[in-house]
Order: sequence, then C-alpha cells, then structure tokens
Amino acid sequence: MRYDSLLDSLGGTPLVGLPRLSPSPGVRLWAKLEDRNPTGSIKDRAAFFMIEQAEKDGLLSPGCTILEPTSGNTGISLAMVAKLRGYRMVCVMPENTSAERKQLLAMWGAEVHFSDAAGGSNEAVRVAKEMAAANPDWVMLYQYGNPANARAHYETTGPELLADLPEITHFVAGLGTTGTLMGVGRYLREHKPDVRIVAAEPRYGELVYGLRNIDEGFVPELYDESVLTTRFSVPSDAALKRTRELLVQEGIFAGISTGGALHAALGMARKAEREGQTADIAFVIADAGWKYLSTGAYEGTLEEAEERLEDQLWA
Amino acid sequence: MAIEVRIPTILRNLTDDAKVVEGSGATIGELFSDLDSRHPGIAERLVENGKLRRFINVYLNDEDVRFVGGLEAKLSDGDNVTILPAVAGGSR
Repeated sequence: MRYDSLLDSLGGTPLVGLPRLSPSPGVRLWAKLEDRNPTGSIKDRAAFFMIEQAEKDGLLSPGCTILEPTSGNTGISLAMVAKLRGYRMVCVMPENTSAERKQLLAMWGAEVHFSDAAGGSNEAVRVAKEMAAANPDWVMLYQYGNPANARAHYETTGPELLADLPEITHFVAGLGTTGTLMGVGRYLREHKPDVRIVAAEPRYGELVYGLRNIDEGFVPELYDESVLTTRFSVPSDAALKRTRELLVQEGIFAGISTGGALHAALGMARKAEREGQTADIAFVIADAGWKYLSTGAYEGTLEEAEERLEDQLWA
Repeated sequence: MAIEVRIPTILRNLTDDAKVVEGSGATIGELFSDLDSRHPGIAERLVENGKLRRFINVYLNDEDVRFVGGLEAKLSDGDNVTILPAVAGGSR
C-alpha cells in the first residue's frame, strides 16, 4: 500500500483472528493491531485528530507550543506530529515511567517535565493545568477532555472494525482517557444496537491511588458511562499473564495494557460460551511490547515480573 | 456471609490501617452499613445522597458495581469487593 507521507498511513490497521485463544468456532476473538500505526500505538489517531482540529480552529500555527500531560503513547504521537508540523512539544509525565518512553519523547524533540510519582497521571494532569495557566499562549490539547480524541475513533477505528467484522458482538478496549471506548462505542451502537462495549481498566500498585483526599479524584471529561455495557478492573498480574499468553499462543508481542483488554475479552468469551451464544469479540492491541522491555515484564517467572511492575505505570 | 473488602490507602485511617477487612450484607449498600458499624465514618466517605460518590469506584469481583446495580448489587458468600478512588491512572 502506498501513501504520500507517514501521516497519511494512519489507521487502516489489520484485524486478526486468534484461533488458539478463541474458545470455540462459535466464540471468536479478534485483535485490532493498533501497533501498526506511525509511531506504534493507537494514540496516533487521537494525536493527529486533536492537532488537525486545533489547526482548523486557528489555535495552532507553526512555532506554537503544545503542552500535554502524558506519560507515554499520546506524548510520543503528539511529539512526532509536532515535529513534522513545526510545533514545540512539552510533556508533563510522572517520573515512574519507563526509560524507553523518555528516550522516544526526547528523540522526537519533546521537552519533558517530570511530576511526582505519587498520584500518577493525576498529578501530571494537575501540574500541566498549572503550567497552562502560567503560559496562556501554550496550547494544551488535553486528551482527557478533547472531543477530537473520541471523534478520531468514531470516524476511523469504529468504521474499520464494522467493515472488517460486520458480525461483531463485543468490543473490548483499555480504559484511560476513554476516547477509544467512547468513539468506537458510539459508532458501533448506531449500527449494531446490541453490541456490548466493555472497558478494561488497569489496576495499579497503591502508589498511584495515594491521593491526599478524595476530592482530588479524577474522571475524564470525555467519559460517558452510558456508552459502556460494563467495566472491569484488571490487576497487573492478570494483565501480565495474558500478555504472555498472547505472545506464546498467537505470536503477538503486545504491551501490558493489551493483556488487560485480553483478560476482559476472554471473560466475555467464557460467558458467551457458558450461555451457549455465538460471539465475535474484537479487542484492541494498543501497542507492542518494545517500550516495556525495561520493566522486566517479559523476563523470568510471572511472579518476578509482577514484583518488578509494582508501582510502575504499565498502561 | 463473609465478603472480603479491599480498602484504599486514603480510607485506611478508618480501618486501623487494615488493607483488607471482612464484612457482610446481601447488597453493596448493606455491606457498607455493616462496615460502618465497625469502622464509623466509612459509609459517608463512599456514599452521598444515596449514591456512590463520583470519585469512588467499587468493584465486585473486579466488575464496576455501577454496571451491576450500584448499591443494590447483590452479594454472595466469597465475593470480593475492591474500593478505589477514581484516578487518571497510568500512561496516556
């Protein structure tokens, strides 16, 4: 397939069957390979749509500074697009994120400000909001509340899934900004009213939940509970185990958050099987495993890997 | 009927620093009342005007109770309940 530029190749990712992990010919699992995007993650879609929208709205012009609270893929995607379009990129990220992400951000020319590990992304969001207030000419695209994030999935990921899998019964994805689930979920519901939209939310070590008070809690502005059928909290040991199963059984080398989505997808598959129903369950491979090698997730026993992952932000 | 309840750091001042406590009840709402009888003040931190507080997430066997009946969600012996504050989480 030929494209005029890297950005033009965004999306159009393969949907592959998982014959070994699917419980039966009537209950099938399908993986949407979002690591096949320009910088290797599903976040390229949101980043590109958010920057395009800001350009259309006249908020961004070459030389402008983009600010974003992000500890990973969104920052990497934004940094790449910013580099090509002539913007300066500033990321605010928790200090307990993997070395690969820091290096990738620096490689695409982003400046990184570190926020306290305690509080995780919550703290990064708070610091970024402060910096935005202090620098009114900077543009914060704010993935947690930017409708262009969800729209990217409504206009691209959702239609791609329905075209490739018209019989889709379930869609499962990781829950972070909620953009993927909101966008794909709304699109699919309009065309398949009975489709089940299932969120897999990563459950971290205690450090991440160490708020000073409950009013510091955070729910992304994009989140609309009514789009979801249900929502699971996936502990890191289950996510790790599934990440490895995906690699061993199907040959797919995915990031750890994908293991969380697979865990929820397998739960839905078991349920369909128990109830004697047929199911076509699509879930998202958000990124590949490369960026997580230094976390030790793929090395040694599961127990060792789990211990190393404690208090790291794995999704 | 014993239900294992995992308590987040932010509420452990009410449970003598216990990470896990046991409770009982036929529903999540009853479980919270039961917990409150031994850990006074905890129910008020979880529930406001008869609903779960906005920044509190409660999971029944890892499923968000908001999708399985909220405070009316039914409990069975051996279920586990996890309480967590809503946070932005990890790497977006």
